[in-house]
Amino acid sequence: MWDIILERGSYWAIIAVMMIGLYIAFSAENLIKRLVGLSLFQTTICLFYVKLANVANATAPVLLAEDMPKDAYRGEGVAELVHVYSNPLPHVLMLTAIVVGVATLSLGLALIVRINESYGTIEADEIYASDVKVQMAEDADAARTSGEVVR
Amino acid sequence: MTGDMMGEASTSIISALLLSILFVMGVAIAHLRNLFAIVMLSGIYSLVCAAWYILVDAVDVGFTEAAVGAGMSTAVLLGAILLTSRNAKPERRFARLGPLAVCIAAGAMLIYATSDLPAAGDPASPANTGVGLTYLQINWADTGVPNVVTSVLASYRGFDTLGETLVVFIAGLAVVLLLGFGERSLAETLRKLKKEDKVP
Amino acid sequence: MKSDHHLILRVIAKTLLPLITIYAFYVQFHGEVSAGGAFQAGVVLAVAVILYALIFGLAEAMRAVPPWFARGLAAAGVLIYGGVGVWAMVQGGQYLEYQALFNEPPGGHNGQHTGIILVEIGVLFAVAGAMVSIFYALAGRVAEIRDEDW
Repeated sequence: MWDIILERGSYWAIIAVMMIGLYIAFSAENLIKRLVGLSLFQTTICLFYVKLANVANATAPVLLAEDMPKDAYRGEGVAELVHVYSNPLPHVLMLTAIVVGVATLSLGLALIVRINESYGTIEADEIYASDVKVQMAEDADAARTSGEVVR
Repeated sequence: MTGDMMGEASTSIISALLLSILFVMGVAIAHLRNLFAIVMLSGIYSLVCAAWYILVDAVDVGFTEAAVGAGMSTAVLLGAILLTSRNAKPERRFARLGPLAVCIAAGAMLIYATSDLPAAGDPASPANTGVGLTYLQINWADTGVPNVVTSVLASYRGFDTLGETLVVFIAGLAVVLLLGFGERSLAETLRKLKKEDKVP
Repeated sequence: MKSDHHLILRVIAKTLLPLITIYAFYVQFHGEVSAGGAFQAGVVLAVAVILYALIFGLAEAMRAVPPWFARGLAAAGVLIYGGVGVWAMVQGGQYLEYQALFNEPPGGHNGQHTGIILVEIGVLFAVAGAMVSIFYALAGRVAEIRDEDW
């Protein structure tokens, strides 16, 4: 039992934090709060990837002196590593994902700013209500004009 | 060996501590109504995330998260708050139950799925024995760059990074197209200020 | 922003700004050997400009780093990145094959080093330019940040 907790506990904790981000994104009516929830969710996915890349008793993937021999190129060029390093590939993917995440976050914020300018609110339900109101008014207008034409 | 064991134990304890801080902060963000407090908390959240990244040997990712999450995204969110509103409307009482049920169900399923995952820190897991290990082994002979993350980012996966750079550029372009270059609004501000100075 | 009670903030910012900028370039060019790289350096560089704008006002920041410069920087970064790939193709290699930049035999590292440094400079320009443009676009809509707003 204790072994299972030690082996999987960090996954469970990350999943719990992930679900909080998802909950904020689902439940918040305020669009900015919803975006903050989405960015929390995204950060937590990065946490999960990096946790998968972690190797016990390893160091960061920056080569130490013993793994950088002077005669670097020997035949195939595949070296036996002296030290244990964490997996660098998920680090690269998540590094770029974080930077792209802030770029898309600011794109979403720009859209929210434009929504606020045309609707005067950033609450999703108020935007929905005003959309419905405008559509119903337009429908009523159309019905009236078509009725006049028939008459 | 005991030193390693001690190191592992203290790493797990600090990791559990940081993750529980993240959990508490997420709950606080879900409860808060003041958008300024929410944005500040999300900045601190990113900073704690950065500390956790350093703990699990992802130094480059931690650095990025500290610079981007705590610096850049906080500034952008604050700019957006200034343009929109400061407070979120309280949610309806029973509107929370649906999302809560969905999240609990999804979390339970994900936790059930972790039984198929390799144990945390397993050096023989499929993710850690594949191309990642190969990069570590051939990197020095191929590129002569000690930081494997940099060489994978710029050399082995140069196409990937080209795409990411394009995405950042296009996102910046889209924001500029949506909100204007900033010069026109600045000119308006300056004109308004001049008028205000002239009037009294 | 005429009031004087931001004096301490301004004095401290004046000392910090050059350090932040130098740190960004350190991160950029030391990224091959230690933690860091172009993405981080670009964001740190953009944050230096944003700090300047927050403390001295947006108009001052736009005079120091004009919006057209930020936009051009972003575009130039992407062009530099793509140009390295084209250079490799001109030398007879494949797109972004740094080994072909100087037509080295396997084991030679000059092409790899040159390619990585050029590509990282491209990423630095693109990220810094895009981030500063985003901030200008968002902040350019606010008339002026008054004290009671905080």
